Amino acid sequence: MLLTLTGISKSFGAVQALRDVDLAVAAGEVHAVLGENGAGKSTLMHIADGLLPPDTGTVAVDGRPVRFRSARDARGHGIGMVHQHSTAVPAFSVMENIALAAGWAVAPTRLRRRVEALTERLALPLDPSLPASTLSVSLKQRLEIIKALAAEARVLLLDEPTAVLAPAESEELFRFVRRFTQGGGGVALITHKLEEALAVADRITVLRRGAVVLSSPRSEVTAEGLTTAMIGGSLVVAPPAVPLRDGPVLVQCEGLEVRGDGGRGLRQASCTIRGGELVAVAGVEGNGQRELLRAVAGLTRPFRGLLEVARPVAFVPEDRTTEGLIPSMTLTENVVLGVGRAASWVTGRGVRRVDWSAARQRTAELADRFDVRSDGTEATAGSLSGGNQQKLLVARALERRPRVLVAENPTRGLDLQATAEVHGRLHAAAAAGAAVLVYSNDLDEVLVLGDRVLVAAGGVITEAPAGIDRVRLGAMILGQGGPDAE
Amino acid sequence: MDPMAVAGDVLVAAVGIATPLALAATGEVLAERSGVVNLGIEGAMLFGALGGAIGATVAGSATGLGVGILAGVLVAALFAAVAIGAGADQIITGTAVTLASVGLTGTIYRQFYGPAGVGLSLPTLSPIPIPFLADLPLIGDALFAQPVTTYLMYILVPLVWYLLFRTRPGLAVRAVGEDPTAARAAGVSVRLTRAWAVLAGGALAGLAGATLVLAQVGTFTERMTAGRGFIAIAIVVLGRWNPVGAGLAALLFGLATALQFALQAAGLDVPYQFFLMLPYLLTLFALAGAVGRGQAPAALGKSEG
Amino acid sequence: MRSNLRALGIGAAALLIGLFLLAVGLELAGYDAGAALAALWDGAFGSWRAFTGATLVRAVPLILIGLGFALALRGGALNIGAEGQFYAGAIAAAWVGVHAGGWPAWVALPAVALAGLAAGALWMLLPVILKLRFGVLEVITTLLLNFVAEALVSFMVQGPMQEPSGIYPQSAPIVEAARLPFLFGSRLHAGFVVALLVALALAWVFARTWWGFRLRALGEGPRAAEVSGRVRAGRMLAVALLWSGALAGLAGAFEVSGVSYALYQNLSPGYGFTAIGVALLARLRPSAIVLTGVVFAALEAGAGAMQRDAGIPAVAVYVVEGVVILVLLLGDAAARRQASRRAVPVVDGSP
Repeated sequence: MLLTLTGISKSFGAVQALRDVDLAVAAGEVHAVLGENGAGKSTLMHIADGLLPPDTGTVAVDGRPVRFRSARDARGHGIGMVHQHSTAVPAFSVMENIALAAGWAVAPTRLRRRVEALTERLALPLDPSLPASTLSVSLKQRLEIIKALAAEARVLLLDEPTAVLAPAESEELFRFVRRFTQGGGGVALITHKLEEALAVADRITVLRRGAVVLSSPRSEVTAEGLTTAMIGGSLVVAPPAVPLRDGPVLVQCEGLEVRGDGGRGLRQASCTIRGGELVAVAGVEGNGQRELLRAVAGLTRPFRGLLEVARPVAFVPEDRTTEGLIPSMTLTENVVLGVGRAASWVTGRGVRRVDWSAARQRTAELADRFDVRSDGTEATAGSLSGGNQQKLLVARALERRPRVLVAENPTRGLDLQATAEVHGRLHAAAAAGAAVLVYSNDLDEVLVLGDRVLVAAGGVITEAPAGIDRVRLGAMILGQGGPDAE
Repeated sequence: MDPMAVAGDVLVAAVGIATPLALAATGEVLAERSGVVNLGIEGAMLFGALGGAIGATVAGSATGLGVGILAGVLVAALFAAVAIGAGADQIITGTAVTLASVGLTGTIYRQFYGPAGVGLSLPTLSPIPIPFLADLPLIGDALFAQPVTTYLMYILVPLVWYLLFRTRPGLAVRAVGEDPTAARAAGVSVRLTRAWAVLAGGALAGLAGATLVLAQVGTFTERMTAGRGFIAIAIVVLGRWNPVGAGLAALLFGLATALQFALQAAGLDVPYQFFLMLPYLLTLFALAGAVGRGQAPAALGKSEG
Repeated sequence: MRSNLRALGIGAAALLIGLFLLAVGLELAGYDAGAALAALWDGAFGSWRAFTGATLVRAVPLILIGLGFALALRGGALNIGAEGQFYAGAIAAAWVGVHAGGWPAWVALPAVALAGLAAGALWMLLPVILKLRFGVLEVITTLLLNFVAEALVSFMVQGPMQEPSGIYPQSAPIVEAARLPFLFGSRLHAGFVVALLVALALAWVFARTWWGFRLRALGEGPRAAEVSGRVRAGRMLAVALLWSGALAGLAGAFEVSGVSYALYQNLSPGYGFTAIGVALLARLRPSAIVLTGVVFAALEAGAGAMQRDAGIPAVAVYVVEGVVILVLLLGDAAARRQASRRAVPVVDGSP
C-alpha cells in the first residue's frame, strides 16, 4: 500500500467531520472517494496531505506510520495534492510556480530546461514562461499536476478535478491518470459524481456524514447501490414549474460585448429572456458567461451593443462571503445592504434613514420563511453555514421583488437537500413571473434546471437546441459541434 | 560660479541624500514584497540614527553603524510581533511603532546627552575616493568619492535584487506577498517568511538612520528623520517594488532636494520653503504618473488574522 | 452592551499598561516615577483651571481630528495626513480672522470656521483625485502632504502673512470678533461644544442613516458593498475623505480662533498623529472618541507639567500613546483568535 489512513477521526468544535475512517491507496490503482458535499471528503484529503492533523488515527506511507506537520512534509513522502481551485501564484510564471512547489533552484535558464524536460516526460505540454494568471482553467489544473509530480509524488490526491472541466477535458485528464497508475503511481479521486467513479476507479469508498458507509472494488458495486449509500434517505425535491412561454420580454440583448478582467470577456451575445423562463448558462470558467451575468445584473457596463433589462434586478453572486455577504455584519445589516433603498425600512427624503426595528422584524420573517438557521437576526452572517448563507442570499434577492433574477453557481458547495431547496426557489421565482438567468459550471445542474440552455464558448453566447444531451452540450462548451458546426 | 562645479556639487549632495533613502527603501521593498507595509520604518530609522549616534560616541563610527542596524532590527521586531505575530492591522501598528519610537528616542537621547539636548557633535564619515573612477568628470565625485555607507548601498541594492529574483528564499518571499494561501500550500511558512523580511528591512532602515547621522548630519536631534521613512515608502511605490527601481527613485528624490542648492546659487528669488516642498510634490506627481496598483504585491497590507 | 463594556475594559487596561511601562522606564532611567506621574496628574486634572484650560482645550482638536479619521476609516480609507489638513485650516482661518476687521462676531466666527473646513477639504482634494484617477494609496499621499503643509505654514508666517513688524515668524493677531468665546469663565473656548455636537451628529450618521450604514458596509466588506449593495466605492470614499480633511481643517481653525489667535509654526504638537490613537482607542465610535480624546489630551497636558516639574521630556508621553495602541491591537488580536476558535471552519465544499 502506498498510502494508508486508518481509524481517522476529526472534529471541529461540536461538529464531527470524520468518524473512524479507513482508506488505502495501492500502487497502480485509482481509488474513488465518493460522497455528497459536506460528507467529509475534503477533510479526509486535507489530513492525507498534511494540511490538517487528525484527532485520532494514523497515516502510513509504504506501510510505515508517519506524522505530517505540513503539506511540505506530505510532499516529502511522495504525496501530492491537486486542489479543486488553483493554488498557483497568479503573478508567477509557470516555472516559478513549479520551482516554488518542488523546491527547485530559481536561476531562469536552468529552471526552464528542467521544466521543459519534465513536461515532455509527462506528455503534459505547458509553456514554462507563461504567467499562471493567463492560463485557462484546464491548464491551471495541468500546472497543479505538474507541480505535484515535479515534487516526485507517487500518490496523487485529486479533489473534484472535473468540477471545472468540460467533458472532453475530463477525459484527457483521466487518460493521464491511467498513464500515471500504469507507471506505478496511486490516485485518490475525490468526487461527488457517480458516473465518474464508476468510469475510472478500481476501488470505491463512499463517505456519508463523516463515516465510511461502503468500500468495495469497482466490480462489486452498482450505480443504485452507490446512490443509496451516498444519500441514505430519500430527498424532497420540488417539482419544476411549467414555464410561461408567453411572458413579457424582460431581458433583451443584441450584439452585446463586455470587457472582462485581463483581456478576455464577452465578445458577442444576443438573447431574449421572457418573464416566467428559467434560462441556464453552461460554460467552462472564463468564457464570457460571468461578464454576461454581471452585465445583465447591472454591475458592469457593456462595451458595445444593446442591453435592456427590466427593473428591479436581483443578483446572487457566486462568492458568498466576499461578494454576497459581509461576514462581520449581522443578518439584518446584510439584508438591508442587499435589498437597497427601495425597501420599506429606508425612510426620509433629504437624508435617508434606516428604521432598524422594521428591518429586524422583516429579516426575522425572511429567515423563518426561507429556513435560514441562525442564532437570530443579530448573529453575524459569518456564523452561518454555507447552505444557510446561500438561503439568506436567495431570500434577500427575492425581497427586492425582482423582475429579473441572476444567479452564479447558486448551489456550489451545498449538500443535496440545500441544493434542492435553492432549485425550488429559483423555479418558484420564474413561476411567479420573473426572468431567471443562472450560470452553473456543473452541466448536470444546467440540464436539470434550465427551461432553455445558453452556451458560453470563447466569449460567444449561443443557444443550445432544445432537448440537448450532456455529451453534445459538453462539446458545445468547448466550442465544438454547435448547431451550426458540420 | 562655474556651472560645472555647481552641477558637480548638486550631484554630490544628491547621492548623499539618496543614500539613506535608498537603503531604507530597499529594506521596505523586501518587507512589501512579502506582503507587509511597515510604516514603522520611520521609527526604525529614528532608532537607527540614535543607535548610530550612541555607538559612535562610545566606540567609533563602525560600532555606530552596527548599533544602528541592531536598533533598527529591534524596532522591526516589535512591529513584526504585533503585525505579523498577532495579525494586527499593519498601517496602524506601523503608526504606533513610529509614535512610540519618537517618544523613546527623544527620552533616551536626553538621558544620554543631558536635558538641554545639545552638545552632541560627531565627526562624519569621510569620503573615500575610489582611484580613477573618482576622477571621472561631473559624476566622479558624486558617485565614487562618497562615505563607506554609499558604497554599502551600491552593494546592498543589487544584492537584495538578486536575493528576491534569483534565489529560493526570494521566491518564497514573493510568493508570500502575492498569494499566502498558495505559498502555504507549497510548504512556505507565511508568518516566518514575513517576519524575516521585515527584520531584514528593519536592519536596512537602521543602517539608513545611522547613515543619516554618521555620514550626513553629524549629530542626533529629536525627530531628526523628519518623515524620511515615509518618503522611503513612497519611493518603494515609485520604484515599482524593485530594489534597483527604488535606488533610482531615491536618487531622483535626492536630486530634487539637492536642486535647491543650485537654484539658490543661481540667485533665483524663490522662498526656500518651496524648495522644501519640491521633493514631496515631485514624489506625489511621480506617483500619479508611475503607479497603478497593478505592480504591487497582491497580498500587500493584508494581515493574517 | 457587553461588547461595549469589554471594549472599555481593554481600553482602560491598555492605558494602564502604557502608564505602567512609562513608570518602569522612568525608574530605570533614574527618575522619580512617582513624582513624574503625580506631575502628570496635576497638569491634567489637578485643578479646574488645568482641566479646562489645559486638558479640554487640547481635547478639542484631538476629538475633531479623531472623528474625521474615524469617518474615513469606517469606509476603509486611511487619512494619516490630518496634520497637514489641520495646518491648511489654520492658515485659512488665520487669513480670514486677520482680515475680518469691522465684521460682527456672528459673521466672523462662522466665516473662520468655514474657512477652516473648506481649506481642510481642499487639502484632501489632491489625495482624493490621485486615489480615484490613478489608484495611488491615500496613506502615502496624505502623509506626503503633511510635509508640504508644514513648509507652507513656514512660508506664510515669514512671507505674505507675517505680522506687520516683520520680526517674528508668525501672523498678525486675528481680530477680536473672530475669537471664540470662552466657556464657564475658563480658558476653554466654544469650539469644545462644536466638537461635542459633531460627535453626536456623526454617531447619528453611523447608527441611523442610510449613507452612514453603506459607508460602514464599504469598510467591512468592500466587494460585497459594491456587488450586493451597489455602493459606488470611489464616490463614497471621496466624500468621506473630504469630510475627514474638513474636520481636521476645522480643528486648525479652532486652534487659531480659540487658542493662539495667530498663525504660528509648530501650532500642532502632532495632534494629527495623536488623534489616530484617540480614534482607535475608541474603536472609531464617535461618542467614545470624546472620552478618549479627553484622556489623550490629559496625557499631553500632563506631559508639559511633567517636563516642567519633574524634568522628564514631554515626548515621553508618545511612548504611552504608542504602547496604548499596540496593546489595544494585541487585545483585539487575542479576542479575534478566541472567536475563531469557537467558530466551525469551513473545510468541506467551497473553499
